[in-house]
Amino acid sequence: MTGLHEPTPEQIKEEKIYKEMGMKEEEYDYAVKLLGRLPNYTETGLFSVMWSEHCSYKSSKALLRKFPTEGKQVLQGPGEGAGIVDIGDEQAAVFKIESHNSPSAVEPYEGAATGVGGIMRDVFSMGARPIALLNSLRFGELTTPRVRYLFEEAVAGIAGYGNRVGVPTVGGEVKFDPSYEKNPLVNAMCVGLLDHKDMKKGQASGVGNTVIYIGPPTGRDGIHGATFSSESLSDEDPSERPSIQAGDPFMEKIVMEACLEIVQSDALIGIQDMGAAGLTSSSAEMASKAGYGIEMNLDLVPQREEGMTPYEMMLSESQERMLLVVKKGREKEIKDICERWGVMYSEIGHVTEDKNLRLLHKGKVVAEVPVDALAEDVPEYDLPTKEPAFYREQQAKEPVHYKVENVKETLVELLQQPTIASKEWVYSQYDYLAQANTVVSPGSDAGIIRIRGTNKALAMTTDCNARYLYLDPEVGGKITVAEATRNIICSGGKPLGLTDCLNFGSPENPEIYWQLDRAIEGMSEACRTLNTPVIGGNVSLYNEKGDSAIYPTPIVGVVGLIEDVAHITTQSFKNEGDLVYVLGEAQPEFGGSELQKLREGDISGRPPALDLKVEKERQTAVLQAIQSGVIASAHDISEGGFLVAVAKCLFDTNVGAEITIAGEAATELFSETQSRYVLTVPAEKKEALKEMIPSAKEIGRVTGDGRLTIRAASGETLMDAEVKELESAWKGAIPCLVKLKA
Amino acid sequence: MKWAVIDFPGSSGTEDILHVLRSLLNEEAEGVWYKDTDLSAYDVIILPSGASFGDYLRSGAIASITPAIQALKEERKKGKLICGIGNGFQILLEAGFLPGAIRRNRLLKFICAKSKLIVKNNNTPFTNQYEQQQEVNIPVAHQYGNYVCDKEIRQQLEENNQIVFQYYDDLNGSMDHIAGIVSEDKRVLGLMPHPERASESIIGSTDGLALFQSIIHHWREEHDRTS
Repeated sequence: MTGLHEPTPEQIKEEKIYKEMGMKEEEYDYAVKLLGRLPNYTETGLFSVMWSEHCSYKSSKALLRKFPTEGKQVLQGPGEGAGIVDIGDEQAAVFKIESHNSPSAVEPYEGAATGVGGIMRDVFSMGARPIALLNSLRFGELTTPRVRYLFEEAVAGIAGYGNRVGVPTVGGEVKFDPSYEKNPLVNAMCVGLLDHKDMKKGQASGVGNTVIYIGPPTGRDGIHGATFSSESLSDEDPSERPSIQAGDPFMEKIVMEACLEIVQSDALIGIQDMGAAGLTSSSAEMASKAGYGIEMNLDLVPQREEGMTPYEMMLSESQERMLLVVKKGREKEIKDICERWGVMYSEIGHVTEDKNLRLLHKGKVVAEVPVDALAEDVPEYDLPTKEPAFYREQQAKEPVHYKVENVKETLVELLQQPTIASKEWVYSQYDYLAQANTVVSPGSDAGIIRIRGTNKALAMTTDCNARYLYLDPEVGGKITVAEATRNIICSGGKPLGLTDCLNFGSPENPEIYWQLDRAIEGMSEACRTLNTPVIGGNVSLYNEKGDSAIYPTPIVGVVGLIEDVAHITTQSFKNEGDLVYVLGEAQPEFGGSELQKLREGDISGRPPALDLKVEKERQTAVLQAIQSGVIASAHDISEGGFLVAVAKCLFDTNVGAEITIAGEAATELFSETQSRYVLTVPAEKKEALKEMIPSAKEIGRVTGDGRLTIRAASGETLMDAEVKELESAWKGAIPCLVKLKA
Repeated sequence: MKWAVIDFPGSSGTEDILHVLRSLLNEEAEGVWYKDTDLSAYDVIILPSGASFGDYLRSGAIASITPAIQALKEERKKGKLICGIGNGFQILLEAGFLPGAIRRNRLLKFICAKSKLIVKNNNTPFTNQYEQQQEVNIPVAHQYGNYVCDKEIRQQLEENNQIVFQYYDDLNGSMDHIAGIVSEDKRVLGLMPHPERASESIIGSTDGLALFQSIIHHWREEHDRTS
């Protein structure tokens, strides 16, 4: 059972060759115990990749169990390609977010492109047509050529892939912070629309049923990609390049169309994307979930190169491939669909009773491993945690106060901060109008897609303010969930569920594991209170190069249902004479704020507090007011505080605003106190609003003169600026930074 | 009146155009696979947007030598109305139905924008429901939309009023801001903007609908005359 030139089982054990595959000694010993003998080279490869963090979540599983995953709207929770929530009328929304950080750090174009491709396959393998993409990106500051290169190429890769497949990219976020300089984050989310009757799972059941490979041939690209994603990046190691896959969006498109036709057929038993760990994970997981085994003849696997070994074929992460299980005797129906679309089709094996993954190559059995050993009996680690001294120090700090002498200048500086600045330079490269369903384009609180043939729409967003998590992961975790759901509320939608991508440093560092634990605790509490179950996601650990880990960055994606398109609301102020309201009192909370970052170049102290009870009450009240037609515009107050929020409400409109603030200027205008909203209401709806949200305070009105005027209670003018001038500062910042070619 | 939308592998606009024709305009329309060799049953033939054959080689180049485009050449001889949108325009240029060529956008990047156009000629089968010089909101989404041609063709386009849509701004480097042109006999239209994405107010604009309505209007007039 040993390939030519491959080490023998004894050599693998004696020379600890499994370590090169990313396996620890105790893991290897455990694999030997499960197998009852020494695994050969291919088998060791199967274990190492299936037990990598990326595939097995071995270090995070214990923590992930804390997430609430149930709700009456949940049709499919974590564990499948993507989660599913009911949206009524026998339809459902399918969505998931996933990271592609490690490849994007080495080859940003292909890394980002294949990230988009992979997440789309997760969604269409459930039987759903992808209707929207979102992306959350994190880079270092745009001051070095390397960071600008990573940023521009990652954006180009997302555009080059998503646009050609014809799925609109309608939202996401891009933020910049030095902690991501060598560890950029590229997280891609896909949302699909499913008819209940088409729902499919990754299952291989029914002895004798046929295992079919569809998609392009397998090459030597991406071998051990999942393992690579589960390690820290070394400094510019060129030998890591083979772990990078190349994407082919045209192939994705035709494989997708073929699969969406195939899922209509009752000949199909199960379908799964050959994503991380390729053929290994798809076959082992499908068989394990169904309680069966799979035998595959690797000679029948389409191969791009000659002389590929079983090890290479099983561990390749060549893109755009799918594994299907089809009822015996019905193969031709599937083959015909593939032929029509020009998609390669090969029958490579069948379902067995013995619960083993058995691989044949050139007439010999080259691997035979129980599928449960690979997919279920994964070692699980409950790692030590340690509260960092840094956290205590920050908690003990006296809250900082800032004086703002020149309100306009401070506002302009904030608007030019790349994290706040307009991302038009990014999203204008994405085809956000594909499929002709986009109601609200990128740039508002959430992207909105109408559902043809109904009166409904879906709102979707991604979010995470990692600065807050860095200072206090539990509070930051709560805020992340609260803010993402707030974005959906402001759009007129009811949040249905959440997907998360937990981007952290090495879990083997007890202080990082503590971050992960606290963040999940905070997020879970918020999910419970806000009735937003976690229906799937992904963990990306080891995001650290040398001794600097990224900020803890659990990016969340939330999808909400807008029951009637008439409820769709945007942040833009609408008509002259509308009244401006603020909901929620500002406190002097500047820890982790944009103003602090601007003034001090760094962040410290405690992040803003979050009272989930208040959060829930306000979300409910704002959504009710929107649904009853009282609200003209709604926007939550987030990074940069109230004044940045108001300025954004005025951009791309022809109106202005006159506002009078009550308290101390810096706090009122720039604090990042949570659970706050800027609302506008037509004058005639004033009484109705008072009744629905008594605590909302009227602070000004929308004007027709295109100026933003801020006054103190004393009548003193704190700021009076032309909106166009503010807007050009906000819009110009990123184009200006990317043009610098130092 | 019967419409065909030719579907190529990699096309993504087919369903959107069929939605406009069937659901909004109650027209009889169907998708036709690119391997079909006979288009004689159809009165109007649309080439959709997207990335046929992945935009490999050149946008539209591979689609331009497919069986359906061979069949389309036959229908062209009969004077059928033909309209290419986005990638469809690129295919019409590659196949020689329209003069000139498309280059990559001047800034080399993909551009998705809610662009404003000016109707430069409303005396065509595709634009008769617009006003001359009307400003319309029809979005673009392309990386290759930068139209170019030689001096002689440019002169000919101007003299024959073949430029039907211009961008309001210099959007992508396109010569004379050209967004769409017709053939000399005005039976073939190619345009980079997406009228099918501007046919319902919920998605931001209804200005694209008049393009499809113009075709219906023209066909009915022509049909009434001949019958």
